[in-house]
Amino acid sequence: MRAPRTAIAAGVIAALTIGVAGCAESDRDNGEDQGNASGGTFVFAGAGDPKNFDPIFNDDGESFRPIRQMYETLVTHKPGTAELTGGLAESWSNDPTGKVWTFKLRQGVKFHDGTALDATAVCANFDRWYNMKGEAAQSQMIYYADVFGGFAGSPDAVYDNCKAQDASTAVVTMTKYKGAFPGAFALTAFSIASPAAIKQYDADTVTQNGDSFSYSAFATEHPTGTGAFTYGGWNKATGEITLNRNADYWGEKAKVDKVIIKVIKDENTRKQELRAGTVQAIDFPAPADRKALADEGYEVLERPAFNILYLGINQKNNPKLKDLRVRQAIAYALNRAQLVQTKGPGGSVVADQFLPDTVLGYAPDVQKYDYSVDKAKALLSEAGATGLTLNFYYPTEVSRPYMPNPQEIFTVLANDLQAAGIKVNGVPRPWNGGFKDDVQQFGKQDLHILGWTGDYNDPGNFVGTFFGRPKVEFGDDAMTEMFTAIGKADATVDQAAKRTAFEQVNRDLAAKWLPAVPIWHAPPAIVTTKEVEGLVPSPLTAEEFDTVSITK
Amino acid sequence: MVRVVSRRLVQLSVTLIALMTLVFFWLRSLPGGPVDALLGERATPQTREALIRALGYDQPIHVQYGHFLKNVVTGNFGNSIRTGEPVTDVISRAFPATIELALAAIIIAVGLGIPLGYLAARHRGRLLDNATIVVTLIGISIPIFFLGYLLKDWLTQGVHLFPPSGRISTGADNTDVTGFFVLDGILTREWDASADALWHLVLPAVTLATIPLAIIVRITRASVLDVLDEDYIRTADAKGLRNATIRKRHVLRNGLLPVVTTIGLQTGALLAGAVLTEKVYNWGGLGTLITDSISGSRDYPVLQALILLAAVVFIVVNLVVDLSYAFIDPRVRVQ
Repeated sequence: MRAPRTAIAAGVIAALTIGVAGCAESDRDNGEDQGNASGGTFVFAGAGDPKNFDPIFNDDGESFRPIRQMYETLVTHKPGTAELTGGLAESWSNDPTGKVWTFKLRQGVKFHDGTALDATAVCANFDRWYNMKGEAAQSQMIYYADVFGGFAGSPDAVYDNCKAQDASTAVVTMTKYKGAFPGAFALTAFSIASPAAIKQYDADTVTQNGDSFSYSAFATEHPTGTGAFTYGGWNKATGEITLNRNADYWGEKAKVDKVIIKVIKDENTRKQELRAGTVQAIDFPAPADRKALADEGYEVLERPAFNILYLGINQKNNPKLKDLRVRQAIAYALNRAQLVQTKGPGGSVVADQFLPDTVLGYAPDVQKYDYSVDKAKALLSEAGATGLTLNFYYPTEVSRPYMPNPQEIFTVLANDLQAAGIKVNGVPRPWNGGFKDDVQQFGKQDLHILGWTGDYNDPGNFVGTFFGRPKVEFGDDAMTEMFTAIGKADATVDQAAKRTAFEQVNRDLAAKWLPAVPIWHAPPAIVTTKEVEGLVPSPLTAEEFDTVSITK
Repeated sequence: MVRVVSRRLVQLSVTLIALMTLVFFWLRSLPGGPVDALLGERATPQTREALIRALGYDQPIHVQYGHFLKNVVTGNFGNSIRTGEPVTDVISRAFPATIELALAAIIIAVGLGIPLGYLAARHRGRLLDNATIVVTLIGISIPIFFLGYLLKDWLTQGVHLFPPSGRISTGADNTDVTGFFVLDGILTREWDASADALWHLVLPAVTLATIPLAIIVRITRASVLDVLDEDYIRTADAKGLRNATIRKRHVLRNGLLPVVTTIGLQTGALLAGAVLTEKVYNWGGLGTLITDSISGSRDYPVLQALILLAAVVFIVVNLVVDLSYAFIDPRVRVQ
């Protein structure tokens, strides 16, 4: 009885297999494709999945990485710097009120679908953003809401209209001046997409399904920009995004035929893939691995710093923290130079203000708080704050470029504070499981560590974000002097005057207000194999792969 | 048998609804949530409120629960909050990866575990037995995470015997038919793709197999030892049956019952996703999905569907194990 049953089972399986095999067809092109030109393939290991490929609906670096290769912005940054230069617009200018922005567009630029980039296309993009319908779609436009204030009908809307003066001149009129411009025109979220493709693939339709959304075919399958690479597909089963060289690119064409962005979330595995030779570049190596990889002959490309880690002080819960002397004591108590040396990623520097020196308004002469336990103790006793106990919140389950190892950073800072006689009560909270809520919504903490990576070259994007308006995080809505000063500096149209105003803001932040203590600027790195040439690390983590070539 | 299966199915649906209810409320009682995970650091308060309204999180929890139940009953699991893809697509992409890995691991564990356990029992107290005990002890106690990195460091760095991660070589133009890459290669006769996928499968499968292997060896050994002591074995021996017949018909058949239960439970555990192994090898199966959805984005719809799937897998595997008893030992009749 037994044998026949086995035989039948085997027979059924065999039949099934053969049956299915009969239906399955190979998709291969029998080796005819991608033959000759052979600039090779550049495989870059990223650290996370993108969300989708419609620039306006995204706000994170892993989505922007492929988007940036396929799309371009009106204004862009000179490679390797945060300095603005012409992108799709050869030049731009604004009127004295700072409300009217005129863009002279590059000629002969075509979208990947063959339609022309002209002033009408540019205006169609601005109008699309402004007129976006539905909260599902609007709530995904994080940069738009932040920079442009609001949508059609909102009294806070900064955008008014866009006119195509002629084919190559677009005039964008705002309702008011905003300090974010022109820097914000370079944000990847504001990349210019093909209006024809937007329409054809129904880009504006974000469909609601229960407590979730789904995006259009434009965002998921047909991203259409003007960039040096075209979309070649996203294989989600293997975590690979393929980009193909755009043979019709208006500028110098990409050197490689193909870019594959391979998503590898684990930093140790990224390193092992690099060593195994299966990827040619990895992003965000563990700080501890940088030296070893450099010693093994890999290129460690340090990005110029464009971020800040700070120790935030919440003045609400503990009245002693309202006293400037107590906050200064905290600043003196921290041995930041040593922290940078022991825990900082390579290339980190001590921060004495809340923006890096490449940003407009950086003041070289701010008050510095060099490490001194004696000064800290003296200030504390002067303020009658000896025996101070503070709740220090720090995040777990997270690694940010400016904060690769929050737990270790906390330990060092807490030890420094204890040495100066401040008792520290450490409160760990998971990043997405309470830390951000406790710190930014409820203000439960006295101290916390947090930071920021800049989006564009504007002081408002740093100090304005932190201290330009009342925030629960710093617990004091009474520092009106600070809010007013930053608001005024931000509203200055003339760039030279704006620089002066922000320099003074930075001096006052350090000497008079001290709402937080800047800790370090810590540049994240890229590591490549020796074969990779022409990859320029960007302070904004905005690397473009068209200049990359692979030598054998 | 039909009655057994249908009764189990009723039990199954009650269990699942209870479980889903629990998961629904448990997820929402955790601090943090998808809104913050989605918005990042740059969102304005207005954007935050708009998103909360758009996702329906401003409604009372019982209303949300009502929507949720209605959707689940109609088979609509929603979309991933992060990517907007239908949850069923997300999971049906990850599931083959996990099954492929789990099957490979179970084949290794069973293929090596039963013979080893049997041999250890037959040579009780001798070198082979002692060696097996020591090795399996190591197998059980070594952390998967550590073993994974260790194997990778030995075999993928410097000497490139195996690839460090992934299911197939980067840029491979394999044809995706079923999502099982090894099988797909066979079906489409892309033999190189099949071989490539197998080559990628070796290290993760070995890593994942260690614990089930060790358990199967030990259970087999203990169970066979028990059977060898039974009177009926002595009787069989006494009545002059050939050794081979005794082993096959009496020792193995009786000794394997507890082993089958173990294999079933282990398979269930592996199919629900091997979180650590998948993380170490960037595998992209259910294990990766579950960690991403909980620590990364609090992707409620994906999490809810995953937990439901894990429960179904466990229950089905248990059912299959129970039914398989009858085949191995005709004395066991399913009640």
